[in-house]
Amino acid sequence: MKYVDEFNDRNLCLSLVKKIDSLLGGSEVSIMEVCGTHTMAIFRGGLRSLLPPPIRLLSGPGCPVCVTPTSYLDKAVALSEKEKVIIATFGDMMRVPGSNSSLEKQKAAGKEIRVVYSPLEALNIAENNPDKKVVFLAVGFETTSPTIAVTAIEARKRGILNFYLLSGHKRVPPALESLVRDGDLKVDGFILPGHVSTIIGVKPYLFLAEYGLPSVICGFEPLDILQGICMILRQIKEERAEVEVQYSRVVKNEGNAEAMALLHDIFIETDSEWRGLGPIAGSGYNLRKEYGDLDANQVFSLMDTASVETDGCICGQILKGLKIPNQCPHFGKSCIPSSPVGACMVSSEGTCAAYYKYG
Amino acid sequence: MPPITSMDKNILLAHGTGGRMSHKLIDEVFLRVFDNPILLEKDDGAIVEIGGEKLAFTTDSYVVKPIFFPGGDIGKLSVWGTVNDLAVMGAEPFYISCGLIIEEGLELEILERIISSMAEAARIANVLVVTGDTKVVERGGADRIYINTSGVGMLKKNLPLNGIEPTDKIILSGSIGEHEVSVLLARDELPFHSDIVSDLAPLNLLVSEILNVDGIKFIRDPTRGGLATTLNEIAEGRNIGIIVEEEKIKISEEVKAVCELLGLDPFCLANEGKMVVVVKSDCADEVVRRMRKNPLGRESEIIGEVVGELNGRVCLKTRVGGTRILDMLTGYQLPRIC
Amino acid sequence: MCLGIPVRIEEIQREKGLVTLGNVRMEVNLTLLADDLAAGDYVLVHAGFAIAKVDEREARETISLIKGMIADEVCR
Repeated sequence: MKYVDEFNDRNLCLSLVKKIDSLLGGSEVSIMEVCGTHTMAIFRGGLRSLLPPPIRLLSGPGCPVCVTPTSYLDKAVALSEKEKVIIATFGDMMRVPGSNSSLEKQKAAGKEIRVVYSPLEALNIAENNPDKKVVFLAVGFETTSPTIAVTAIEARKRGILNFYLLSGHKRVPPALESLVRDGDLKVDGFILPGHVSTIIGVKPYLFLAEYGLPSVICGFEPLDILQGICMILRQIKEERAEVEVQYSRVVKNEGNAEAMALLHDIFIETDSEWRGLGPIAGSGYNLRKEYGDLDANQVFSLMDTASVETDGCICGQILKGLKIPNQCPHFGKSCIPSSPVGACMVSSEGTCAAYYKYG
Repeated sequence: MPPITSMDKNILLAHGTGGRMSHKLIDEVFLRVFDNPILLEKDDGAIVEIGGEKLAFTTDSYVVKPIFFPGGDIGKLSVWGTVNDLAVMGAEPFYISCGLIIEEGLELEILERIISSMAEAARIANVLVVTGDTKVVERGGADRIYINTSGVGMLKKNLPLNGIEPTDKIILSGSIGEHEVSVLLARDELPFHSDIVSDLAPLNLLVSEILNVDGIKFIRDPTRGGLATTLNEIAEGRNIGIIVEEEKIKISEEVKAVCELLGLDPFCLANEGKMVVVVKSDCADEVVRRMRKNPLGRESEIIGEVVGELNGRVCLKTRVGGTRILDMLTGYQLPRIC
Repeated sequence: MCLGIPVRIEEIQREKGLVTLGNVRMEVNLTLLADDLAAGDYVLVHAGFAIAKVDEREARETISLIKGMIADEVCR
């Protein structure tokens, strides 16, 4: 596959590993990879087994599904209980546990839940079911939010009046900033999310340089990640703290202005709650007033409820890179992929899910 | 393996996928009640002895949706699926039974197509459908048609799991993932189109080429749950491990593409015309040679080996030179954006 | 957190692109890309939308940089 195979070259990968070893020179370095897709790519490629021990790779809160709070799920579950309501969702959300149920369990109990690959499919479902209300669970980072913005515009254009969004969007930079300002976090550099960055560009991450933290926007193939690690180590060695772009074949410094413009036409920044991390200012998106008729929160008068985390669940500390899954009392016992307790086990890209599946 | 302790109040789709939750259901619900030594072997089929003859006996139910898909249909699948279960047990399949549960309203023409397909499949596999049953349920009581087939065959060679030992080689008969992907795309719920065709095939025709080789230890077809699940089933709970090489495991470009687009794990996708063969290392090359002579085994390859370490786990050597655990399917795979 | 895969544009019909990944064909929405696109270009696809154009020159440049990094004994 073009633009994939070249970045899986074994010889180049193994040579970069040697390079990483020589750049480290024996010192310990902790690098946080923020994006769940990076967590998975690192595990899938077996990169942890290749990297020299002084490198500690920590997984951050980079999975929008994992960080979706219980209160959001509870709203989705409540909506699914209503007559003539179809819940349309990305597959990732099906197993996320709410306080008492999950979408998977609701489906098993006969509620109308449809998995879609694209938000536009959800719009088509609304068009084909005019007697029902279709609520799309709008979850995702900045990679996904513009696609939902376009869908909202499409809904207006096509005069589809039975389509609604339950907004659960999350923004990466505020969460990163909240992590970095937290005194507990001990990292030497960041691998930044490649696909989010195709949309937002470099500018939103520049605050990391002010904190003296080297960071690199990386692609997802093994060679991308290994090169990114080299670039971080080089910055550390040269005592630089910059935001560099490794994934230059798709990430432009200025990001995708068209996508950002469409996003801002439909959505406005808002405070948002992150499972495991708590509320973070400006870290989410809500529909603008002009699109209030699409807002499921308003149309269905949904109440915000407090999210309750399970006793002993240390997802918050795992998402901050302070602990690893094996240190959690629930990991592998009451918290497993098929019945997750906390955020990090929920999605197939969560840290705990990755540790469980890939060892 | 971590103990699985939670049990849901309702049966979920995930309980039927052949992965961890299916195993949990079998262990915690069925084996508790049907407590006999034959069932406790937990094979796909049973070896029973009647009048001094060892017979292989198996059953399977087919609920595939859609009922017609590129490369096959529910009828063909129901015959060859059961034939394959018998074949990989080391048996020569002879007779099949066929139980139909038909939803009221199914077009007769559809039923005739399915039955004709079953007849053709039986003919190709050299088996006879000798008995059957038909039930019709009210509209909504079934999804068009469900088929159960049971099969009986003569055991030619016993291939118990506990015969497997370190240094044995693992052979895979061809590329993986085609069946599940072709069925998924045929449902027309996804916006992709491709020419992927199910690999559905009667494996007894391939097994017969190698069964008389002395060093054949074990054969299994990686159906639901895919190659990863089958390899884990072989290793789990035993004092062995398995190491396989990603580079040796063939996945077609189309299957890879769909997996990338949907975030599916190809190692956990169902196959209906492939088999995993565990053999003594000194006969591995000969077995591969024989398999490759047959159209069903043309792309056979030694993909790995059994080792004494790893404690029941399966390890994959990745194509970039790293290693990682290859776990069995948990729940079921859904298209994802993350 | 975001699956995105490079696909080849075969045909453009206003905001819709018919794309291929190997022999798999699909339709993607091109609304998010203001770039000039043509058949033969590669775009990154996420959730049914093209979110970025793949720059061939940059891709080759990245591989060159990697090879350079490996060969580089001086600037460690």
